[in-house]
Amino acid sequence: MRALLARDLRLAVRAGGGFGLGLAFFLIVTVLVPFGVGPQTALLTRIAPGVLWIGALLACLLSLDRILALDWEDGTLDLLATAPLPMEGIVSVKALAHWITTGLPLVLAAPLLGVLLNLAPGGFLWIIVSLAVGTPALSVIGTFGAALTIGLKRGGLLLSLLVLPLYVPTLIFGAEVARRGADGLGVGAPLMLLAGISLGAVALLPFASAAVLRINLR
Amino acid sequence: MVLTVTDLEISRGGRAVLEGVHFTLLPGAALILRGPNGVGKTTLLRTVAGLQPASGGHISGADDTIAYAGHSDGLKSMLTVTENLDFWASVFGRSDIGAALDAFDLRGLASRLAGNLSAGQKRRLGLARLMVTGRPVWVLDEPTVSLDAASVGLFVAAVRGHLGQGGSAILATHIDLGLQEAAVLDLSVFRASPRAAQADEAFL
Amino acid sequence: MSLWEYANPVKFIRTTDVVLPWVSALAVVCLTLGLAWGLFFTPEDFRQGSTVKIIYLHVPSALMAINAWMMMLVASLIWIIRRHHVSALAARAAAPVGAVMTVIALATGALWGQPMWGTWWVWDPRLTSFLILFLFYLGYIALWSAIEDDDTAADLTSILCLVGSVFAVLSRYAVNFWNQGLHQGASLSLDKEKNVADVFYFPLLVCIAGFVLLFVALVFLRTQTEIRARRTRALITREQQG
Repeated sequence: MRALLARDLRLAVRAGGGFGLGLAFFLIVTVLVPFGVGPQTALLTRIAPGVLWIGALLACLLSLDRILALDWEDGTLDLLATAPLPMEGIVSVKALAHWITTGLPLVLAAPLLGVLLNLAPGGFLWIIVSLAVGTPALSVIGTFGAALTIGLKRGGLLLSLLVLPLYVPTLIFGAEVARRGADGLGVGAPLMLLAGISLGAVALLPFASAAVLRINLR
Repeated sequence: MVLTVTDLEISRGGRAVLEGVHFTLLPGAALILRGPNGVGKTTLLRTVAGLQPASGGHISGADDTIAYAGHSDGLKSMLTVTENLDFWASVFGRSDIGAALDAFDLRGLASRLAGNLSAGQKRRLGLARLMVTGRPVWVLDEPTVSLDAASVGLFVAAVRGHLGQGGSAILATHIDLGLQEAAVLDLSVFRASPRAAQADEAFL
Repeated sequence: MSLWEYANPVKFIRTTDVVLPWVSALAVVCLTLGLAWGLFFTPEDFRQGSTVKIIYLHVPSALMAINAWMMMLVASLIWIIRRHHVSALAARAAAPVGAVMTVIALATGALWGQPMWGTWWVWDPRLTSFLILFLFYLGYIALWSAIEDDDTAADLTSILCLVGSVFAVLSRYAVNFWNQGLHQGASLSLDKEKNVADVFYFPLLVCIAGFVLLFVALVFLRTQTEIRARRTRALITREQQG
């Protein structure tokens, strides 16, 4: 399992697509928003937490199809399935690798982009906290979607259609934490709910993903 | 490890292709599957490897004993030859890849990226992977595709070495490997009769 | 004789062939009666005027939008546990019907909302939940149509339906949390006092019965079609093999 994680991370670094693309996309989305809604700082301050969350979510979505598709195409998944690793473990490691290469950089980059959007001073801590708690759920849910659409031509579009509705609760609670934090309100309740979704997804969804993957491999 | 297949029935795309397949693979023995295209060699090998369920019959002795090599080698083009082998070795809980590098004459290529290898060299790397798994039963689907005569020789020597250590191998191939000790099984005799059970039987 | 015998496709077709005309006829009767009664023979609400009569389409379709998903969930579970083909096909057959019900509920809601709230659309929890439900239907239908192998498609969509149900419920609570909303409370409930007067209530019940029967009839019909399509394909395969 550790070998699989190390290999995925090494591949992400070598291929360059892992860290860079998601971050660049996040940056571009954040930069485009002021062009769309106007440069008034008051407005930007108000919408900053939500924009950052949506940007992070879309950047996450962008790289989902790479989680499993590459290993599917070159036959690695077949070989892994015959290896002494449980399929649940394989999908969990894959999701973890995706989070480290995509989710974690987004968490770290969010405050910088928050400056561009004139995020309220109190919001910086909470955008980091909410993304750090919420992005693991995005990676795990995304891995489930990737497992469903593996091997399908035009899978990318379908993947988005399947995964985005599943992202709704995470987005709502995550953005709520960031917004309340930025407004200086208490964040306890939404933060607990967000953590609950993340933990629940991390604990249970790998079983669904593994089942789906087994069906797709046969 | 004795691999026993009894009365196996397999289907592809909801259609039964083979039925009543039975054979026993003893340690040190090799079995070559033959039959025309489409007879179900790949499907049979994938079933034996546990990648797809059989529609009937039993396979025993296949749990955690199989090293499978299919049409694709599962290589990462951005990793070097050594890194690819190291990865598979550690997945199977082992660490020594030296013997595999030697057996398939990959020493000189050890630090090259797999993406820069020729098709035949990639295939050799894919087959070297079998040796680092430490699994006793090799399940090989067309292992000699894109190999030249010298490489086929290396492969046959590796299989002989594996058999000599008490391992066994089952392979589907069209060419004559010169592996005289191997038994040959023609799958045409197991071809499923048209009236055989189908996945969609319920709808007839 | 057990209930599962009806899971045999041939038996299912034979049984539904007998039942279908009756169910369809009853659906037409109930819908005609309920809608005519509701639209023409009920008084106008003193606050809402005649717009209140949208309730006769809005409430039943909204109910069926949710019930159709529940039915798909049950059918998916049956497929996963007992692998009856009819159940997988029934789930597949119900999805577009449920999606259309969701659209009807959303459209009538918008038509009702315009005079009431002065806007076609508000991000009210109930409306938003239905929009999300609609997205789930779309994803489910798209996955069914994208996968060629029938059994694989049935397996994958069943799991999607299970996971989707959990997330649909989560979304419902999340959306409630997110915005408290304008929408009036539930029009119908079993435990609380009725908040709809009897004159509106009885035609509404007839309309709901009509929608349920319509749904059952459509699902029977669509399942039959799916079964026949599968049967045709199975026969063709046998021809080719033999």
